[in-house]
Amino acid sequence: MHQLYTAVFEPGFFSSEPVRVALGVGAMVAIVSALVGVFTVIRGQSFGGHALTDVATAGGSGALLVGMSPLSGFVLGGVLGAGAMEMIGVRRARGRDLATGIVLGAATGVAALFLYLDTTSGATTGATQQILFGSIFVIDGSTVHYVEGFGSLALVLLGFIYRPLLLSSINTDIARARGISVRLVGTLYMLVLALSVGLSSLAIGTILSTALLIGPAAAALRLTKRMGWTLAVAASIGVGATWIGVLLAYDSYYWGSSGNGWPVSFFIVGLVFLAYLASGLPVVRAVTGRRMPSDLNVPVVER
Amino acid sequence: MTAERPAPPEQSVVLALEAVDVWLSGRRILDSVSFELGTGEFVGLIGSNGAGKTTLLRVILGLQRPTSGRVLLGDEARSRGNRSIGYVPQKALLDPDVPLRARDLVGLGIDGDRFGMPRRSAKRAGAIEEMLHAVGAQHYADARVGELSGGEQQRVLIAHALISRPRLLLLDEPLANLDIRSGQEIIELLERIAKEQAVTVLLSAHEINPLLPVMNRIVYLAAGRVASGTTDEVVRPEVLSKLYGHHVDVLRVHGRILVVSGPGSGDEETLSASPALVVG
Ligand SMILES: Nc1ncnc2c1ncn2[C@@H]1O[C@H](COP(=O)(O)OP(=O)(O)OP(=O)(O)O)[C@@H](O)[C@H]1O
Ligand SMILES: [Mg+2]
Repeated sequence: MHQLYTAVFEPGFFSSEPVRVALGVGAMVAIVSALVGVFTVIRGQSFGGHALTDVATAGGSGALLVGMSPLSGFVLGGVLGAGAMEMIGVRRARGRDLATGIVLGAATGVAALFLYLDTTSGATTGATQQILFGSIFVIDGSTVHYVEGFGSLALVLLGFIYRPLLLSSINTDIARARGISVRLVGTLYMLVLALSVGLSSLAIGTILSTALLIGPAAAALRLTKRMGWTLAVAASIGVGATWIGVLLAYDSYYWGSSGNGWPVSFFIVGLVFLAYLASGLPVVRAVTGRRMPSDLNVPVVER
Repeated sequence: MTAERPAPPEQSVVLALEAVDVWLSGRRILDSVSFELGTGEFVGLIGSNGAGKTTLLRVILGLQRPTSGRVLLGDEARSRGNRSIGYVPQKALLDPDVPLRARDLVGLGIDGDRFGMPRRSAKRAGAIEEMLHAVGAQHYADARVGELSGGEQQRVLIAHALISRPRLLLLDEPLANLDIRSGQEIIELLERIAKEQAVTVLLSAHEINPLLPVMNRIVYLAAGRVASGTTDEVVRPEVLSKLYGHHVDVLRVHGRILVVSGPGSGDEETLSASPALVVG
């Protein structure tokens, strides 16, 4: 028994301060991403979420350049990007895609420049690694407070707009007829999305943060038929994948003889992907009581 | 002549339009539209494709601002978005991927416009259950709405629109995707609700006939202009010819009404009945 225990938890796992921080920050990030992600999927805004990660890349690398913390750059970049999309933006789904594409293109260009400048300047040579693939094991105390602050803000905002957001995600005309300002609710939601992307960029990097946003939500949507359960299952998958990912990354230092571990982001994203695959298995669906995949013959729905 | 239902007694005005004009992209879509609806009336908004039915309903809802003219609800000027109007839009296909049961969607009809998280209560659950029964949707109350058939979704959307106890219920072509029997059931349902809850029902359609037995009033829309009154007052060659701007014949066959473009208008199309009925 003890042998099995030490095989799963390599020595020092629970006493390691970076691991404790990683588990705490990881949980917050995973919960925010998963809950926001459910709405992102329902609203068909995965592309928008992805574009924000590119804006976050520009923000984070720019922040490093001027000596600020990457997290502030991620969040600031995300919020400005979301604002830009809303401003270019647009009532129809096509226009929204267009606005997203334009912002994405511009942001990627700026990010390329900033990352180049970061890597060529002496103090920030590790920037590319840190921005693109995250830094969950090297988060300092003050950053933890920012994670808690931004995370709580995102959750409170999401809880505040929950019902009008749900109604306007189902049908904008019905929502407008009820007196809901679909535009205002949509803008607040983009702000929440920007916060969420900023947090996940810090934890697992800008490139991989889309996976944490979309993966758990997509899996949960296949398994549940009511919103409360969808949110709970998505959050559980996100937190589960993040915690197991942190554990595996820690353990991986002991696997080879080289003494180099594998990147934690790889494990988290891999586990999220496995969870999504598993959610399609008939066995899993039978247990959760959802009928056969609605995704096999999805009718085209006008958004 | 067609049997007319007597107008409900003690009418008070629920909705009044006064000379409403709507111009969109330089075209006049509604042309000096005026009419009044009373409490508990069952009203058919009849017009062919492109006549302006959806636009008119959007004006009443406050989703479309009239270029000129006024919309009055009760005695008050209409404010944007209003709990006293229930609305079931045209083609409101619900996404099968949204994790909402029929009863959740009806619940959003109570408080979907409020900020903050929903609070459960026995009273709320009871009201939802009652409304699901009223529209005959209790059997699929726990199914995902997006996975229901068009007719089933229609009933759930009606329940969603009615649960906040509006004085006016607007439905945009609710019969469009339904077979004759389901359409009949929806009409009977709406008629019963109009009576029981004293709701004024304004329902758009391009076919008059299914509505003949239940309509208290007709609002006939053609080329952006409106004629309103009882069926017998409105569906007459003189009135409709003036509305369409060319000669129109009204044929009454076996208790059904066919509106046919007369000779000289160029095309021999039927305007509010299926062409097969005229040819056959
Ligand atoms: N936003 C808009 N800009 C310009 N023209 C418009 C707009 N919306 C509607 N129209 C025009 O107004 C006219 C009336 O449209 P409306 O949708 O109200 O018709 P309808 O009676 O509901 O038709 P249907 O039976 O096909 O639903 C149409 O000719 C349409 O092209
Ligand atoms: Mg229409």
